[in-house]
Amino acid sequence: MADMVFWIIVGITIGSAFMVVQSKSLLYSAYALLFTFVGVTGLYVFLWADFLAVVQVVVYVGGILVLIIFGIMLTNKITSVNISHASMQKSAGAIVVLGFVGVLGYMVFNTPWVELANAEPAQTAESLGHLLMMDYLLPFEAASLLLLGALIGATTLSRKEN
Amino acid sequence: MDSLTNYLLVGAILFSLGLYGVVTRRNGVAVLMGVELILNAANVNFLAFARFGGMNMAGHVYALFVIVLAAAEAAVALAIIINIFNNFNTINVDEVSELRQ
Repeated sequence: MADMVFWIIVGITIGSAFMVVQSKSLLYSAYALLFTFVGVTGLYVFLWADFLAVVQVVVYVGGILVLIIFGIMLTNKITSVNISHASMQKSAGAIVVLGFVGVLGYMVFNTPWVELANAEPAQTAESLGHLLMMDYLLPFEAASLLLLGALIGATTLSRKEN
Repeated sequence: MDSLTNYLLVGAILFSLGLYGVVTRRNGVAVLMGVELILNAANVNFLAFARFGGMNMAGHVYALFVIVLAAAEAAVALAIIINIFNNFNTINVDEVSELRQ
């Protein structure tokens, strides 16, 4: 049962990711991206990362995707132009990317991975909090500074100059 | 499903699809979508190594930082894209080739 659910989630993730990069309509790409994010959330749950799964839904689906759709709406004249976008040099890109998949897949299959028998953590949020406040305090503060900078920078950039 | 290679393969395919989107798309917003796919693929790999390897909870922390960076990147990139649209009236990245009008 869990096996089947896993493969369904993998199918949704990769299928919708393919839709994102080949769909003719920009809005369809954005909606397909929604299913990719939800599929990746399912993978997180299979990887015992329940807290990160919730963060993924809140930040990606609730934040970044809405931002992207806003970007589409603000940069296209909805009334006059149909929102479509073409790709260029598809075949050259496909060859390069297929070669990339081949190399990565060869590497994945031919490396003798050591899989440790880790136990499922009882709670992830608590140990994440401990790590963020003890071992990773400096990166945590740097990330908060970066978010502040990005906030101010984004508002300054998109403001209309008088 | 309980094997590292499955997750690594999904990550590799997601990364390659994102790369394909970045190199073939002309629209700036679509390029941004490709970047998001790449970041998600990296996160899947981090969490796979946290689950099967010796990274343990440190992998979760790294994935959290990747999500934070993705949020900041999306906000700034969209501000830049809207600025480009105001100046050039297009966001096709191959048509935007001037530093000033």
